[in-house]
Parts: sequence; C-alpha cells; structure tokens
Amino acid sequence: MKKIFIYVVLIFFSLLFLAPFFWMITTAVKSPEELYVFPPKWIPSVFHWDNFITAWESQPFNVFLKNSLIVTGLSLAGQLISSSLVAYGFARFRFKGKDVLFMILLASMMIPWEVTMIPQYMEFNYLGWINTLKPLIIPAWFGSAFFIFLLRQFIMGIPVELEEAARIDGANPIQIFIRLIVPLMTPALILVGVFHFLSSWNDYLGPLIFLNDQSKYTLTLGLSQFRGMFGVDMVSIMAVTFLICLPPLALFFFAQRYIVGGIATTGIKG
Amino acid sequence: MESIKKRTPARFKQMSIPYLFTLPWIIGFLAFTLGPLIFSLIISFYEWPVVGEKTFIGLANYKEMFTNDPLFWESLGVTMKFAVLFVPLNIIIALLLAMLLNKNVKGSGFFRTAFYLPSVISGVALAMIWSWVFDGEYGILNYVLSVFGIEGPKWLINTTWAPVAMVIASLWGQGSMMLIFLAGLKNIPKDMYEASAIDGAGKWKQFTRITLPMLSPTILFNLITTIIAAFQQLTLALVMTGGGPLNSTYFYAMYMYENAFKYSKMGYSSANAWFMFAIVLSLTLIVFKSSSAWVYYEGEMKQGKK
Repeated sequence: MKKIFIYVVLIFFSLLFLAPFFWMITTAVKSPEELYVFPPKWIPSVFHWDNFITAWESQPFNVFLKNSLIVTGLSLAGQLISSSLVAYGFARFRFKGKDVLFMILLASMMIPWEVTMIPQYMEFNYLGWINTLKPLIIPAWFGSAFFIFLLRQFIMGIPVELEEAARIDGANPIQIFIRLIVPLMTPALILVGVFHFLSSWNDYLGPLIFLNDQSKYTLTLGLSQFRGMFGVDMVSIMAVTFLICLPPLALFFFAQRYIVGGIATTGIKG
Repeated sequence: MESIKKRTPARFKQMSIPYLFTLPWIIGFLAFTLGPLIFSLIISFYEWPVVGEKTFIGLANYKEMFTNDPLFWESLGVTMKFAVLFVPLNIIIALLLAMLLNKNVKGSGFFRTAFYLPSVISGVALAMIWSWVFDGEYGILNYVLSVFGIEGPKWLINTTWAPVAMVIASLWGQGSMMLIFLAGLKNIPKDMYEASAIDGAGKWKQFTRITLPMLSPTILFNLITTIIAAFQQLTLALVMTGGGPLNSTYFYAMYMYENAFKYSKMGYSSANAWFMFAIVLSLTLIVFKSSSAWVYYEGEMKQGKK
C-alpha cells in the first residue's frame, strides 16, 4: 500500500519532468494549423518530419553548428589537457607556495562570473578577440578550478607506488603522466569531458556578449535570434530546439553512469 | 636534453617541473580572474564608457545606485523575491525526489533519468520549451489546468505570474541537486534507522532525528550553491520575457548586463557587480555562521550522545 503511494508520486513527478520534452518533440512535427488548436493536441494527426529541414534551413544553422562544434571541440581539448596537467601538479609534487596556490584555486571558484565579466570583455576587446570564437575557446586552455579540483581528488586516490616503480625504471614526469596517470584517470576525464561539453554547448551568455556577427554565432545564440525574427513560429523553434538538444541528450545516455556516479562522488560532504 | 646528468641544471629542472605542471592555471588565473577582478574594482570608481573619456568619480557610482536609481531597487527586489521562492522550493523538491528514489523502488534508473534529464539541456533550449508550455492561449500548462477546472493566467504577460513562471522553469533543472542529495542519503548507515526503529521511533521522528541531521552538510552545500545560482539567474528572463512585463522579471543580473552592454556604462555596471558580490558573500557567510547550529558532522555525532 505504501509502496503504491511512492510509485504514484514518482510517476506523477516524472510526468511533470518529461511532459515539456514530449510537448517540444510533438510540436516540432505538427502542421501550423494544428499548432493553434484548443484543446492542444498532444500527438499530431500527421507527422511532418520535413519541419526539421525547413526550420534548419530557415537560418544559417549549418554555420552556427560549425561554430558550436569548433568552440566545444577546441575548448574541450584544452580543458582536458590543461586541467589534468595542473591537477597532477597539485596532487603529486611538493613545491614552494603550493598550499597557498591551492587555497587560491579553491577560493577562485567562489568569485561570481558577473564580477569579472565586464573587465574580461574589455580585455578581450583590447586583444581584438571580440567577435571571434577565441574568448570561448582560449580560457579553457588554462584549466578551470572546479575540474582541476575534481581531477586532483581523483589522482590523490591513485597509489603512489606505481609512479615510483616507473621512476626507478627511468621514466620522466611527463612520461609517467601520459603513460600511467592519464589511463588511470580516464573515468574522471570522461566526467570532466561531459561536464565541459554540456556547459560549452549550452553556453548562451558567453556567445551573447562576445559575438556580434551572425556568421560567428553558435547554435544557442542562433536559436535565441529565432524568436524575435519569426515571432510565433513555434513549430520551427521547437524543431531547432529539439535538434540542438540531441547531442547533450545522446551524450547523457552514453555517459549516464559516469555523470550519476560522478556527481555522487563530487557531492561534497562536510 | 643531456643536461640531466649534470648536477646543477638537473636540480633546477627538478625544482621547476611542478611549476611547469601548474603554470597553465597560474597564468590563466592571473589573466582571466585576478587581473579582471582588480580591474573591475578600479573601474567601479570611474565613469567608464566603452569609447570616450574615462573619469575618476570616486564613490559616485555607488551613491548613484543607492540614491538615484529606481531600477536598481526594482531589480534587487525582483531577484530577492525570486530567491525567496526558488531556494527553499528547489531544495525541498530535490530532497523529496532523492528520498523517494532512495526507497529501493523498481525502475529507479528510469525515474532518476527523468528527473535529471532537464539539467542536461538547460539554458536557451529550456527557456524556449517553457515559453511554449506557458503560452497563454495554446500552451499545454493552461490546458492541463483547465482539465482540473482551473483557468490558468497568461503566464508570461502577467506581472504576478511571470516571476512564478521563472521559478517553475528553474525548478525543472534541479537534477544535479537531487543526485547530490541521493549520494548523501546513501551515505547514511542503515543500522541507524534499524536501531531507532527498535527504540520505537516513527517515520517522522527518524526523518527529523536521523535523516535531516545526517544530511545537513549536504543541505548546507546545496543551500549555498542555490543562493548563488538564484542571484545569477539571467538567461531565462533574457530569452523568455526580456525582463517584462513591467519589469516584473527584471533580475538584478539583467540590470547589470544591460548597464554594461546596452548602455555601455562599464564603470557603473562594475559597481553593480561588486554590490551583488557583497550581497552573495554576506548571505553565504550568514548561512555558514548559522550552520554551526544546524549542521552536524559525523565525527561529532559519533563522539556525542546518540
């Protein structure tokens, strides 16, 4: 009896959480006439699959897709390389000022982005990076505090003996890092990769502030322009929204156990 | 390369290696965080348009903000109202869902996925979906309400309901908080419940005496991150309402954003940013200070009385 109650509540909530997705997908394949009927139709009488193509071609979404791929791909590569190098540095070496630097790293996570947003904009403007993809890519090549912290915690859990053995065999720190540490920390790197992919792919404010020219727009920025231009063309908006959501959703399903497990272990306790 | 064999350069090399590893972050921190941070404080004392004369005006930006800018107070009020609704609801819902999933139900993988899924997309896509769900005439939400005989408002063009719509849309993205709670719940030893059941404690008593105290460090973490998130809320309003109707969703972050990038008042907007930083920091400190009264750490629990 009590079990049934739990299931009822769970099903109720999962409907609440899934219904908007469902509504998005079915809207995307509706005909314009069926869009404006009341009561709304959950499932269209005819599925207009060509809506996706029409919507995609109504604006230069191929260009936006290319930009998004460049930004996400290049910043992802930088994030993985730099964050893991820095994390290794903090996890395994003793050096002057390490503790202070690490404290600063932790504290830097608490600085709200808004405070540095304006001077960063001016800095990028001075460097001539505004209206290029550089502001969305290059900072990632210096690592991010959260990922460095996460990877450091992971590396700390790897037994030191392995590295000592490799060192006796004559391996240098870079070789040890690439041959030994990187393979061992793959699960953590996948987690960082997924998190970075999601935040870069979904980023809106960055592109909004740093890009002006339509040829430089990323997908999220392109999607938001849609609204003003087409007013209420909800079919196209939902079609493109769905397409933009596909890569994160696909990634989520593949990496689910890493995400769920990863958040569980980073779920800072005490 | 061969210098490894020589003593002094080798030594130097040894000592510099850790710095080489950490150097990317150190440079990045100086260039993209500390530098901008200091610069931001400096320009908040200037009248600093993007192009044209920069003038030192001391505290005038801050004074203007407090005494002569109704939009400042309005946006601050909007953000506060949003936070007061959003923070507790977000925590309660995430905790409730985590507790239900912790009950060993069949298909918990499916439910967990359903609750987490919206967090994967977030941002503009989320705003787009909800603006269609909230549509006053053809939106699905008002239809569902009408089935229960409730006449839904025209959500996004109604000054009372537009902020509520923002809260609802934001709650949709509570997934990672739920997972963090779930991890916390799984860490509570089962025997604590068994022991208390033998002592005759009911469900409610177990919840208030075991679950909540044992979970309090996680609650603290989630509380602080939600407060910060509430104050940074911007994308939803920017895409869904543009701050309207009648500024009812004109968040403080939006006020700051527009001052900087619409009116190019960089100095003034930096002052806004520092004020927000001060608010968030003091709220965080208050929460931290108060936490010693309500957060229990396992170490203490084990030493202290049951």
